[in-house]
Amino acid sequence: MDKKSAKGYLYLLPSMIIMICFTIYPLIRAIVMSFLGDYSIINGSYKSIGFDNYKALFADPDFAMSLKNTTIYVVCVVPVSIMLSLIIAVLINSCKKTKALFQTIYFLPYVTSVIAIGIVWRWMFNSNYGLINFMLGLIGIEPIQWLNLPQYAMPALIIFAIWKSMAFNILIFLAGLQTIPEDLYRAARIDSTPKFRVFTKITVPQLAPMIVYSSVIGMIGAFKVYNEVFSLFQGKAGPANKAMTIVYYIYDKFYNSYKYGVAAAGSVVLFIIILIFTRVQLRVTGGNKK
Amino acid sequence: MNNKRNIGNIIGTVLKFAVLILGSVFTILPFVWMISSSLKTPSELVAIPPALFPETPQWVNYKEAWAAAPFARYFVNTLIVTLCTTCGVLVTTVLSAFAFSRLNFPGKKTVFSLFLATLMIPGEMLIITNYETIIKLKWIDSYKAMIVPWISSAFYIYLLTRFFMQVPESLYLAAKVDKCSDFKYMIKIMVPMNKSAIFSIAILNIISSWNAFLWPLLVTNSQEMRVLSNGLVRFQTEAGSSTELIMAASCMLVMPIIIIYLFLRKYIIEGVTRSGLKG
Repeated sequence: MDKKSAKGYLYLLPSMIIMICFTIYPLIRAIVMSFLGDYSIINGSYKSIGFDNYKALFADPDFAMSLKNTTIYVVCVVPVSIMLSLIIAVLINSCKKTKALFQTIYFLPYVTSVIAIGIVWRWMFNSNYGLINFMLGLIGIEPIQWLNLPQYAMPALIIFAIWKSMAFNILIFLAGLQTIPEDLYRAARIDSTPKFRVFTKITVPQLAPMIVYSSVIGMIGAFKVYNEVFSLFQGKAGPANKAMTIVYYIYDKFYNSYKYGVAAAGSVVLFIIILIFTRVQLRVTGGNKK
Repeated sequence: MNNKRNIGNIIGTVLKFAVLILGSVFTILPFVWMISSSLKTPSELVAIPPALFPETPQWVNYKEAWAAAPFARYFVNTLIVTLCTTCGVLVTTVLSAFAFSRLNFPGKKTVFSLFLATLMIPGEMLIITNYETIIKLKWIDSYKAMIVPWISSAFYIYLLTRFFMQVPESLYLAAKVDKCSDFKYMIKIMVPMNKSAIFSIAILNIISSWNAFLWPLLVTNSQEMRVLSNGLVRFQTEAGSSTELIMAASCMLVMPIIIIYLFLRKYIIEGVTRSGLKG
């Protein structure tokens, strides 16, 4: 037994070292850092121990804005993306010859660099020469200052995010559709049930676990949004910081303002939010397995 | 009656394809626009109405963009980081998945749940302290800094462990009888039997390393160490108004992955589906 035990850990050693150094230690360290006032990562000095960073965090209007924006983002992106993805997935699934082709096209955004394609979206959102304003002009809508006016910063970000997030959802729904027993559809055909009723009475209830799963994954992802903001607004958080998200806030405090303690406190808040959503997800998928 | 249903079916099919094609256009439009813009002249770029394709493709834009910033160097850096990270991930993942699926050792369940628990930690939270670690190690501006923290993934270990578990235990016992060592068994039986799963993990990791942005940006200072995504952002702010060159540079970052995707679509889609449904 002794020899065996040594052996098991020998195989685990490489990944355990990395995990301890770059996942577990930094997690604990970030929590500790969040309680150190005026902490400096250069020499490790700090001025106080306590809740100062959390007080500063919750008193900061920028953090409140980042929470608000992230919530708007979640509420707009996740349901719209899920609904559109569901319709597209059902339609793709009913194709025969063109199924693989459509699947390939719709999954493309998933593998693409957010930074590069965000720069392209930035160009498409350009208020004078952008493709989007040109197309809106064709149906009589005046040019919109997408990236320059505060009120359009979030809508621009949300359109980009929906485009990006549909790829994963469609894939999950397509996989889910394969698991629905064919008998259910056969029975519906014999009764000549209208297609829309088949969709609402069979497809959606059968896909319910995947819909919940995609929603939770989508929400967790939405709380971590950063690259989308960075590329769309050229490294800024949009006009008047109107597209500030939680992760953007954390990095800004850490990288630009050197407020390491506040950044750590922000990341602890992010961690707690994600933990809550993960619990929900585990409960849902766990219930599904039974 | 029959006729009516036929007409209904035809309308349904037409509607279906109309929606699917409209959605496809929405999905690939940014890609088409990126390529088309990268081949336009400056005056074509600002023309109204914009042309879908340039009159004569300006391939020279690529040459100019390539020369305007050290993209060759960025390319090599990205390649080095991507390949080293992926090799590291494969080694640690196979070893750990084998330990979890075949070997017996005390505390196995606890260690496995610990691995799983780390999946709940958002990577964004770890970056601040990992940055501090990299400074303390004096690894700033090195390949090590971009590679080492990423050569192990609890997620892939979990995924591969599930695949390894499906290999019948009897094979392992038979190998034991034949005095085959654990390591040899892993290399000769487990790895070949799960090669498509391992291949999927490799490609998914290549994609995520290639597209990585924030971590390499944080841990590098000098131009020589920049990866493509960082170089692109820097180029965008430096190039100012020459959109056609920025689009050409974006293409350089996006195209290699799209080509890999088009050829190895099956593995990528399968890998993401598996991890999505079981994760």
